[in-house]
Amino acid sequence: MAETELLLDTPLDRLHRSLGARMVPFAGYAMPVQYPTGILAEHLHTRSAAALFDVSHMGQAELVGEGAAAALERLTPADVQGLKPGRQRYGLLTTESGGIFDDFMVANLGDRLFLVVNASRKQEDFARIEAALPAGVRLQPLPDRALLALQGPAAAAVLAPLAPALAALSFMGVAQAEIAGVPVLASRSGYTGEDGWEISAPAEAAETLAKALLALPGVQPAGLGARDSLRLEAGLCLYGSDIDETTSPVEAALTWTLGKRRRMEWNFPGAERVREELANGPARLRVGLRPEGRQPARGHTAIHAPGGAAVGEITSGGFGPSLNGPMAMGYVARPFAADATPLELLVRGKPLPARVSPLPFIPHRYAR
Amino acid sequence: MSELRYTKDHEWVRPEGDAATIGITDHAQNALGDVVFVDLPEVGREVAAGEAVAVVESVKAASDVYAPIAGRIVEVNSALSEDPGLINREPTGEGWFFKIEPKDPAEIDALLDDSAYAAFVESQA
Repeated sequence: MAETELLLDTPLDRLHRSLGARMVPFAGYAMPVQYPTGILAEHLHTRSAAALFDVSHMGQAELVGEGAAAALERLTPADVQGLKPGRQRYGLLTTESGGIFDDFMVANLGDRLFLVVNASRKQEDFARIEAALPAGVRLQPLPDRALLALQGPAAAAVLAPLAPALAALSFMGVAQAEIAGVPVLASRSGYTGEDGWEISAPAEAAETLAKALLALPGVQPAGLGARDSLRLEAGLCLYGSDIDETTSPVEAALTWTLGKRRRMEWNFPGAERVREELANGPARLRVGLRPEGRQPARGHTAIHAPGGAAVGEITSGGFGPSLNGPMAMGYVARPFAADATPLELLVRGKPLPARVSPLPFIPHRYAR
Repeated sequence: MSELRYTKDHEWVRPEGDAATIGITDHAQNALGDVVFVDLPEVGREVAAGEAVAVVESVKAASDVYAPIAGRIVEVNSALSEDPGLINREPTGEGWFFKIEPKDPAEIDALLDDSAYAAFVESQA
């Protein structure tokens, strides 16, 4: 394949190939979609023990200088100024028309902010942030850092002896530490619904770190395939599928990311639309869907009222290995968004009965 | 047991008496990954060669399965709805999809033989 030559490698490329990973293009990178055990086994292992994911394709950056938090608030409805040192928060970058430019994590490291953004959006995000910065605040992209995610209920017990400072964090806590001689910056967070850490490390030490983590009892490598089924079971959005520039934070059921103070100031991009939708309700809402039976319904499947008109579309859909059944997320017109509302999914021309379901499909097990 | 024939869409065909059994190859199941659902055709349906007649869903994606030859569907493997993992474990055995009564048995002979299919898979790698 010619396009393979244009793909970027993560610092763990050699390790993935030595582990027998199947590599696929994703957001411009060659990424492991699965290892020889397969997506199903990797998914279930993450929920029962612990798995290591390479997410080095994601964008990392620091925001440095007096007023960095206030500067970032020009682009997001999140409360960044109220974020305490050692804490991380999930937020949305919004567009002028109230869509979602990207979703991101921001951590307060005391003397600076640390950002993690989507691989597919990092160029756009960094350009947008830079353009909004006042004199004295600087965005420093960190392309020479790897990002690993250690996820699963067994992660804490195996990581604690190596890095007690990281084991002491609660969900969304951030700290610097050393693992196997590698200096890391880690947050107790992830994209699976399980307890775990996302660990940022210098690219040149990434393989040492990954090997040390994979050597821990019960830790297995897992790829993007399992990461996707895990995040969907956890009800977490994928940028570009479930949220994008056309979906608003209110429609996406992400109003919890709007800071309380920000909802009094209304001084973020797209505030007018968000305010109007909060007051009068959005036209459509993101909901969970459970198809009857075993057949999955994928993204872009039309959602209909039973025997009737189209009322929405699936944005992510597949089979939940832990749910042991099909699951989906999508947008439906607000009158159809209540839990247990019966709907039909038009799969290959045939109506597949489904019901609106609360999210997440599998309860989160964070270390609160 | 008769020799298998193959298509470039990675189906296999095993002629047995009046019908031909059809499934997907080991290469195909490996590329798909863990199968979680199969949509099989109705028994009695007349199908054309190359027509999409079944769908196989893995954790990550849905793929069509085509009728390698023209004819009538005479049986489907109902065990697959209970245990779609059969397709991964025994792709050319218990993981078969459906049986076709061929319109023209000569169509089967025109399909790829073992070495031609192996060469085709190799050329796609």
